[in-house]
Amino acid sequence: MTTTPAPATGVFDPGAAAAEATARILRDTLDGTARGVVVDSPPGAGKSTLVVRAALELAAAGRPLMVVAQTNAQVDDLVLRLAEKEPELPVGRLHSSDSDPYDRALDGLENVRKSAKAADLAGLDVVVSTAAKWAHVKTDEPWRHAIVDEAYQMRSDALLAVAGLFERALFVGDPGQLDPFSVVGAEQWAGLSYDPSASAVSTLLAHNPELPQHRLPVSWRLPASAAPLVSDAFYPYTPFRSGTGPGDRRLSFGIASDGSGPDRVLDEAAASGWGLLELPPRHTPRTDPEAVHAVALVVRRLLDRGAAAVSERSPDPVPVTADRIAVGTAHRDQAAAVRAALAALGVTGVTVDTANRLQGREYDVTVVLHPLSGRPDATAFHLETGRLCVLASRHRHACVVVCRAGVAELLDEHPSTEPVQLGVTLKFPDGWEANHAVLSHLAEHRVEWGP
Amino acid sequence: MPGPRRELRQRLAELRGPAVPHPLDARALAALAANPGCRRRALLDGAGVDKGALASALGSPSSYGQSQFAFARGHAFEARVKADGGMELMRLLGVDEPGGVRVPELAAAGPQGRAARTALALREATGAGTWTLLDHPLLALEVAGSPAYLEPDAVVVHPDGRWTVVEIKSFPVLDGSADPAKVGAAARQAAVYVLALERVAALTEGAEVAHSVLLVCPRDFTNQPAGSVVDVRKQLSVTRRQLARLTRIEDIAAALPEGLSFDLEGCSAEQLTEAVEAVPHAYAPECLAACELAFHCRGRSREAGAVETLGRSVRGELGGLTTVGAVLAAARGEAGDPADPAVAALRRAQALRREAITGAVAITGAVAGAGEVAGAGAGAGAGAVGTEGAAVCR
Amino acid sequence: MSLIGTLARLEAVESGRAQPLATVRHRHLSDRPLVLVPLTTAGEAGAPLGALVGTDPAEPRLLVVAQPRDRDLRFAFLADLAEAVVPYLDGYAGEVEAAERSETDPETGKKVKVEVELCADAPQLIVPSRAGVEYVRLLGRSTRFRRTAEDDPDTPYPAPARVPLLGRWLTHYGERARVPGSSLLLAATDLLNRHWATGQSSLEDQHLGALLAWIEAGDGESGAEAALRAELGRDAAGQLLCPPAGPATDPTFDNRLLAPAIDRYDRARQALGAAEEGELADARLGELHRAEREVRRLVASQLKPTWDAVWRCLELLRGLPAGSRVADRWTRDRWSFTGHRDRVRSGEPPQPRRDDAVTSAQKLAARETAQAQLEAQEALDDPLVLAARRLAGEAFTAEVLDVVPAWTESKRPSPRPLLTVRTGDVPQLGEGVKVYRSLDGRPQSAAFVGYEPEDGTLVLRLLDRMGRAKNPAEGTVPVKGDRIVWTLFEHDQRGGPKLPDPEDTPWTHGGPPGEPGAERPDPVTPEDLL
Repeated sequence: MTTTPAPATGVFDPGAAAAEATARILRDTLDGTARGVVVDSPPGAGKSTLVVRAALELAAAGRPLMVVAQTNAQVDDLVLRLAEKEPELPVGRLHSSDSDPYDRALDGLENVRKSAKAADLAGLDVVVSTAAKWAHVKTDEPWRHAIVDEAYQMRSDALLAVAGLFERALFVGDPGQLDPFSVVGAEQWAGLSYDPSASAVSTLLAHNPELPQHRLPVSWRLPASAAPLVSDAFYPYTPFRSGTGPGDRRLSFGIASDGSGPDRVLDEAAASGWGLLELPPRHTPRTDPEAVHAVALVVRRLLDRGAAAVSERSPDPVPVTADRIAVGTAHRDQAAAVRAALAALGVTGVTVDTANRLQGREYDVTVVLHPLSGRPDATAFHLETGRLCVLASRHRHACVVVCRAGVAELLDEHPSTEPVQLGVTLKFPDGWEANHAVLSHLAEHRVEWGP
Repeated sequence: MPGPRRELRQRLAELRGPAVPHPLDARALAALAANPGCRRRALLDGAGVDKGALASALGSPSSYGQSQFAFARGHAFEARVKADGGMELMRLLGVDEPGGVRVPELAAAGPQGRAARTALALREATGAGTWTLLDHPLLALEVAGSPAYLEPDAVVVHPDGRWTVVEIKSFPVLDGSADPAKVGAAARQAAVYVLALERVAALTEGAEVAHSVLLVCPRDFTNQPAGSVVDVRKQLSVTRRQLARLTRIEDIAAALPEGLSFDLEGCSAEQLTEAVEAVPHAYAPECLAACELAFHCRGRSREAGAVETLGRSVRGELGGLTTVGAVLAAARGEAGDPADPAVAALRRAQALRREAITGAVAITGAVAGAGEVAGAGAGAGAGAVGTEGAAVCR
Repeated sequence: MSLIGTLARLEAVESGRAQPLATVRHRHLSDRPLVLVPLTTAGEAGAPLGALVGTDPAEPRLLVVAQPRDRDLRFAFLADLAEAVVPYLDGYAGEVEAAERSETDPETGKKVKVEVELCADAPQLIVPSRAGVEYVRLLGRSTRFRRTAEDDPDTPYPAPARVPLLGRWLTHYGERARVPGSSLLLAATDLLNRHWATGQSSLEDQHLGALLAWIEAGDGESGAEAALRAELGRDAAGQLLCPPAGPATDPTFDNRLLAPAIDRYDRARQALGAAEEGELADARLGELHRAEREVRRLVASQLKPTWDAVWRCLELLRGLPAGSRVADRWTRDRWSFTGHRDRVRSGEPPQPRRDDAVTSAQKLAARETAQAQLEAQEALDDPLVLAARRLAGEAFTAEVLDVVPAWTESKRPSPRPLLTVRTGDVPQLGEGVKVYRSLDGRPQSAAFVGYEPEDGTLVLRLLDRMGRAKNPAEGTVPVKGDRIVWTLFEHDQRGGPKLPDPEDTPWTHGGPPGEPGAERPDPVTPEDLL
């Protein structure tokens, strides 16, 4: 890593540390000689801001570029952010030929041109699309620059399909989130530098170890109560800090607690940033009705009690409305069950989704159904570090985890007989360790369901 | 030795009976991680009961054994790797010009003597500033109050005081890759050695145990060794965890009735069966490859109708239903609360399965694929369905 | 495993017999498959012990290496195996049909149709277990780089011409077996496990004998009892009643029977070598033959039960009618076979030890496409497979209650009729989600419009395949009363994007791999010799 964290002595100035890191990244991107620059960005560290800024500076320097993101939602989001920062900038949105291929909000932007054909967008300063769409583009004249966003979630084979389109690139992503995967076995290529099922960054660095690597050192999203835990549990070798200090973010309620489990856990989360609502131990199917109901009730009480947030963005309390709340689950059927339970309680407008789909999103308060709650066994899927990391790092103020008791024992009894592939670099932390770290922290903020 | 630990040791000796404790080797310790939830295995291993002999006495002998071909080949390979005064091993470590390798004599009387001799040799080697190869050193590790003696294939002491465990295996590395299950087992075994070495290193000035081990296997189809560096940090933390858990043997032992014994000589098969049944097991099919008692526990587990006999993952969707009978009764609507999503899902699954099977029986005589008939709707004749595969491929 | 599969296993436990997991056969079975049952020597990679091979269950060809560490005998075994396998494969190379393939014209870069040959049928290899498939790969790897005297007159141990050819074919079959739904090389256990659920775990299902015991159970003995006997039952001499399906042998067999027999063989050979006189030599030659026959008999005793089991497995599978889309997948296998035939004919070098970046990415993409296609095709072919998708909310069966004609709002309106349907299933539908049904074997799509608030029926808008006219073509729109299967997954799979040619591998992936250059043969080391 060429980016060193703040010196051990003296007061840590998050703004200065982040600005310094950004300056170094932009210097390497604009003036460096390396073909690639890699930036690791922990949750909420301003990855999108960096991407937009790098794109604008490249464009301002008269160097047109292509931007590769992984999903259509990410592409649309980037286009909207670019247009917001620089309404005059000619931006191209390359999209698929499916019906309804892009966010209709783009239609209102004067300088954004949209097309399913790359040729229609030739000559624009910035052209943005998904990796899947770029893979079908053919060009004789490669772009001189590219930005690859969410590069840790991109598979190596997807990069192979688009890397011929550019000469050099800035790769930005969060190594702690969910890894890309394949629905068929890819073991036969394990250990190869270009294993097609590995992440794009691991292939890139295996072949180009000399590339400058940077790290954004400050999470602006996670509050002071969350950054240390998330950093220790999920980024043990690349720590980061929160941009705000203790007390900068506050959550309060207009209506006092009624003494119920949901209200008490909300009070705990408002006070400490974390809350664990523990249900009695029981083996349940994935859509555990009691746990699902508990999740919905916590959300309902959060809204009913008139939650309001104070933060560096606004000294006056801002109501925490439904759109600032998210519920995270491991499985789609759990998300569907929570949606139904919320609807039954008359709650609308709250985002309910799986960890996969919550990647890159940000809310004031999150309510998480613990991936191991009620399970008779832990599986690699449920232990995957990135899944828990996503669920535990979406919030600006507080995170409430709903879980059945007994997960610690479940972890203890989990067999550890993983196969080992020669030549594959270990990924840290181990899911078991990360789960234990989070669980033992949550135990300090435990509220029992019963009165 | 502190009092409680001695008490535990005493209690375990009573359970074992007069037999000499069955030595716990690294492989057995590593295997604890295969089913950490099994109290039966933890207690029997902790007490040094010979599980293989116990399984035979219970009438469910284990089927483990090693072919003498594999044995001979393994020995020949290890000898080859260690030949030439350790120079070959140095080469595998990436050191072409070691400038002499010390190979100290480690022979001594009894395991305690050998372990002491090894510790001495390690201390001498650490300060020596040269390469040292310890061939079959013996390490002691306290497990549940008793010392277990572990014998790695080799330990190399670097001139800078670093110690590296060498694990020699006879499965091949073919074009750079090896059977991941076997590499994983080797890594867990090596992690036990690393852990035991760390106890010695803690008392040795300037020593540090590497958390990567050297795995040596035959290369491709030859008898030439290929060395691979394997990072065992994960296995190390797993092993630490499992050894720490073994202290829970105390609680398991405390819960047993007085006078219980696993004395293979002194007890009848009935008594042994009763003793074994007094300790709860956590059978899963993975045990079959990892525990001598597995066939016995499988039989008991099947008798009890435990759904785990079909695999750990089966339980995932069954919620609180744990027996074959309970699940089937719930699926057939004979028992269970319909509001329980597990029960509701089972009933839907059962209905869909019945519909598919009975529907199919009625239709398969006419055309292949009953799903197709429904899918084709009224407009498409069944005849078109039958030739469809051919139509698509032209 | 889906809950439906779990239920089948539980019913198998209860009834003592395996239960169906499929109502049709989902893999192609050749009329004349080649069954190969290999055995290997414990502890040594690439030291075969023997094999039974052939296309006639009554007449297997027995190949045995009397001393597995003797390189000459090992090479002779591989030569014999090549003689048994390669002519069988060649037998399918000649009969072809004309077919079209789209290729990219190197000059214009446009896609053009090219007339090519497609083999009318393809040879099929069946091995007992997954370990057998792995062993086919190992045999392929160990033989494809061997040099023949023609390749290199100075090579110390020239291989018969068919040996490297065998290696290339086995390698091809081993790779093809990784493609979901392919049937060129199949393991008997996989075939059975796809179609039946036993009352034991999937780990135990890897034991061919135990697996068959569950499926063939009856006559007063439960599957569990029969399987236990297959797993552990031993005769008076301590030998397994049901020897392992290989390629590994039972250690007890090795130690008690095979090792002494090989020792006797070794001694007889030494004695023959030491004999000078003619008469004595004759006697010792007789001794050697007896010793060799004994090793052959022992190896055959371990192979034969598995050989019979594999053929019984094929019989069981033949009792199921083939799914209607199985032939489509087999055609892809025929393309695969034809493609490799062409590569061999055009003198391309053997497959490299490791795939390059582009090849591995291509293979992964092809397998992901094949996986999605297999899942869709099996569900469309088999109501029991479909049931699991319905349970998961990925498909639903619905009755058409009403059809309302409607059109697009363009200048030339196209039909977009609205269907009101009723289902007892619980599909995971959201606004705009597309659903598909099979219409004359082709997918027709519809969009989910919404639920009717009063009665929970679904409204779908039909989107395509109704012809070019203003009014839908006859039979393209469902009518009231039709019961239709709709899937939320697509029936066909689009291939992925074209990847760069290997010589254009980008810098992110290490750049071009360089000249493919001939792979060197494996070195011969002294340890291979006795």
